Amino acid sequence: MAEITAYDLAKKQKEISVAEFFERNKHILGFGNTTRALVTSVKEGVDNALDACEEVGILPDIIVEIKNHDESECKVTIEDNGPGVVKQQIPHIFGRLLYGSRFHVVRQSRGQQGIGISAVVLYGQLTTGKHAKIISKVEEGKPAVVTELAIDTNKNRAEVITQDITHWEKPSGTRAEISIMADYKRGKRFVYDYLQGTSIVNPHARIVFKDAEGTEQIFERTSDALPKKCIEINPHPYGVELGTLIKMAKNTKSRKLSSFLKTEFSSMGDRTTDSVCEEAHLDKELNPKEMTRDQFLELHKAFKKVKIMAPSTDCLSPIGETLIRRSLKSETMEISPEFIITASRPASVYSGNPFQVESGLVYGGNLPKDKQIKILRFANRIPLLYQQGDCLITDAISNIDWRRYGLDQPSGRGLPIGPAIILVHVSSTQIPYTSESKEAIADIPEMQSEIELAVRECARKVQHHINKKVKRVKTREKFDLITRILPEIAKKSANMIGKPVPSLDAVVTKIMDVVWIEDLVEYEKVPVQTKLVNNPEEKEVSGKGIITKSTIMVVNYKRTSQKFNLYAIIPNDAVVGLVKPKASKITNNYIKWNIDSISPANKVDIYFELAGLEKGDLEENDLFVENINPAYVIGADKWEGE
Amino acid sequence: MVDKDYSDVINRIDLIASKIYDDLQKTNIPFLKLSTRTKSNIKFDDKLNVWKYGKSTTERSAKSLDGAYMLLRTMYVVDFIKEMIKASKSSTLREMYYISEGWNLAKFSSQQESDFLAEDLEVITGCMREDFKLRPEEDGARVIGNLTLEEMTRNNTKKKIHCQDDVGDSGYSIPYNVEPEKITFKSADAKFILAIETGGMFDRLVENGFDTSYKSILVHLKGQPARSTRRFIKRLSEEKKLPVYAFTDCDPWSFRIFASLAYGAIKTAHISEYLATPSAQYLGVTPSDIENYKLPTDKLTTEDIDALKSELTDPRFQDSFWKNEIKLQLEMGKKSEQQALAKYGLDYVTDTYLPEKLAEMGVNKK
Repeated sequence: MAEITAYDLAKKQKEISVAEFFERNKHILGFGNTTRALVTSVKEGVDNALDACEEVGILPDIIVEIKNHDESECKVTIEDNGPGVVKQQIPHIFGRLLYGSRFHVVRQSRGQQGIGISAVVLYGQLTTGKHAKIISKVEEGKPAVVTELAIDTNKNRAEVITQDITHWEKPSGTRAEISIMADYKRGKRFVYDYLQGTSIVNPHARIVFKDAEGTEQIFERTSDALPKKCIEINPHPYGVELGTLIKMAKNTKSRKLSSFLKTEFSSMGDRTTDSVCEEAHLDKELNPKEMTRDQFLELHKAFKKVKIMAPSTDCLSPIGETLIRRSLKSETMEISPEFIITASRPASVYSGNPFQVESGLVYGGNLPKDKQIKILRFANRIPLLYQQGDCLITDAISNIDWRRYGLDQPSGRGLPIGPAIILVHVSSTQIPYTSESKEAIADIPEMQSEIELAVRECARKVQHHINKKVKRVKTREKFDLITRILPEIAKKSANMIGKPVPSLDAVVTKIMDVVWIEDLVEYEKVPVQTKLVNNPEEKEVSGKGIITKSTIMVVNYKRTSQKFNLYAIIPNDAVVGLVKPKASKITNNYIKWNIDSISPANKVDIYFELAGLEKGDLEENDLFVENINPAYVIGADKWEGE
Repeated sequence: MVDKDYSDVINRIDLIASKIYDDLQKTNIPFLKLSTRTKSNIKFDDKLNVWKYGKSTTERSAKSLDGAYMLLRTMYVVDFIKEMIKASKSSTLREMYYISEGWNLAKFSSQQESDFLAEDLEVITGCMREDFKLRPEEDGARVIGNLTLEEMTRNNTKKKIHCQDDVGDSGYSIPYNVEPEKITFKSADAKFILAIETGGMFDRLVENGFDTSYKSILVHLKGQPARSTRRFIKRLSEEKKLPVYAFTDCDPWSFRIFASLAYGAIKTAHISEYLATPSAQYLGVTPSDIENYKLPTDKLTTEDIDALKSELTDPRFQDSFWKNEIKLQLEMGKKSEQQALAKYGLDYVTDTYLPEKLAEMGVNKK
């Protein structure tokens, strides 16, 4: 047998082309089969569009269109009203893999490794042989540029086939038309789910989906406020890997270890820097570029041993409870749910990466009572459609004993059964995905416990609502009894024996034996925009001139006079307007009234107005009472203090 | 027909209205008390030999919504009865149900509800439905046999009817009122009364001439027998000293038919002594017959099984005969219809089955 030498091997060793790279990794890139490929293509396009719009502060208007002329081929078009792409950049962005601006930045963003839209172009080219067509316009008054391009798979460079100018009505925007091999029949539902999910967690976006049958589905915008712009932050020492640390040190402009640590990492002040250096037995004056591998190792270990302040959470952009509620409401309209409940956790940290969990729960209505609940998973405003079973969110929900919250859960573990949809949104600078396909969140104990806490809070609120409802229904029956049936009984019996109808007040209080509190919420459109004064950022919250009016009726059906305090909770985004009668205290969170003695069978009406909410944001008031046995009260709970 | 004196009925009805009125006047939550009408509250009355309501009572109080509705409806019903008495009118239970359409809040949601309330009123006042001028639908249960009775017709003339010669094959139809002012039994040449559950079997026995060949009076129960049918059988049995045998399907519902015939029904236990025939005996089809005669069967449904189990705790079925038969049926998991006897031919029931069963009871052909 002839000997094989290194020279022989070298003949076979060559740079692999992007085409080959793609072919080998297509499953982790989301192109594993023709169904997935369709969703992934739409997803990459829409994610790009959303990011581009937000970057420049435009409310996204996105159109997704799929045409299916050929059984196995689809033409996917994604159009946005974003800033557009300058002519020179088009080939790089659409025709080059792993090219992007977001690769090394620590802040929350949708795409994290820039495989993005160019992968779709490559996939289309490999499966259909067709070129991608990109139209882009960057400025009003300037013509749009149409580019037809292909990817040179050997060089990982775009090959511009034609580039021309054209007229486009849009002030600015981008439109990409890419033909791909895809299973439209199977993939369509996932595209729909993805767009619906995207719309839920991006209430500021309007998305139109034109399917191959010509049906147009519109996911309306439910908020005019762009998400808070994320601030880019330096990596936190807890989260940095040794290799990255060494690379950062080689590239730094700092000449001393101490300034390197202070300027290139977050949460590193003088004192913390000193403690880290001391712990690592390193001189603060060391030149980071000249440090040895062992020294880096010591430094890296020291990071973990010293208590370092958690990173700032400005880099996160949670959706906010009011907006989650609003989008869930708009997307579940046809279900007509009984309640929509939301919860949000304060920001937290896992290995140096800030993250925050928000959740929502849709309950009742037409949702099936005998099926497993539906879970909507989101990470950084992206819906996660696949691998639900492997996801931390699913684990966290399964871990809760739902029987305590009134849902069926045969073995006390696993996904519960009942008429509910649970939404979980995790925002983080670094979402710990289980794999590159970014479909499931990995097992991070800190994150799991935060998700559990958020979902539990929703579950508790649902249970509270249900209990309250049951109690109300029972009492409402009694209300019916005393207002309609009892007077009839009295009249009829009096007629039969020919005597006057007796007074019923005393019997009524005996039958009811409660203080009845009922509230009614109405909305009124007013022409002026409401500027909110108490908003710390002085940002204008879109009130759109809706005044939320609450009327609370308090009736004493006890046999003795009642005197107590009543509290109404004010939602975060609301501002208190007119209040009648005069409140004894108004804070950011509540209004308090001292209710003077109400005699038996008498009532007191309370009225107040709130601005800054949209119609439907407040469906019923959360009311609390103090200085009265809460068991005597229907319609309000015990005030537990602030 | 001579008009009955209703002043006592009116007094009793007014007592209900004044009780409610007084409660309200005294600022008490109004309520009415009556015997609990459930299986758990029926007790055997040694003197009357039938099952009657026991001591436990139920309150219908305006404290609950259901109770308040019940009181309001009661007010409307008693007022309606009073009006009928004054106007010398009567109505069927069904008519009353439809009349309640105009009672707004007091409207009944089903006839079952209004029928039940009429019974409640009987329990509360100790009056009978007839006193309230309420009557059931004509149910037309049928009789064939060597019996002569005299019926007061609607023209106030007495008419003699022989229940073989004067009737067609469908027999004499029992009217809703079978009291002595309406019906008197003249002569009966028979050895026993055979009470039959289904129309098909009644017709089979008629066609086979069983009433003649076995000197029997055949009565079609038509399922769960109406009050008038039970009252008819009771009077005939007692006045003419005839034993009564019940011939029904073999399932838990048929056992209940027998129980209401012989022991008194749970729903009408307040008038058991008036309706039940304590001497009546169950002839068949028994669960043992299914085995002995190898009858075609159906599987017991879950409702059947529940009904049988409930009968095991029913005080009326506590003798050894019923306990054994019910347990046997639960073991077999099978039920059978009386017409299943046709398996052996159309004459089998009259030539073999009934003679054998009657012989067990001590009745022979001649």
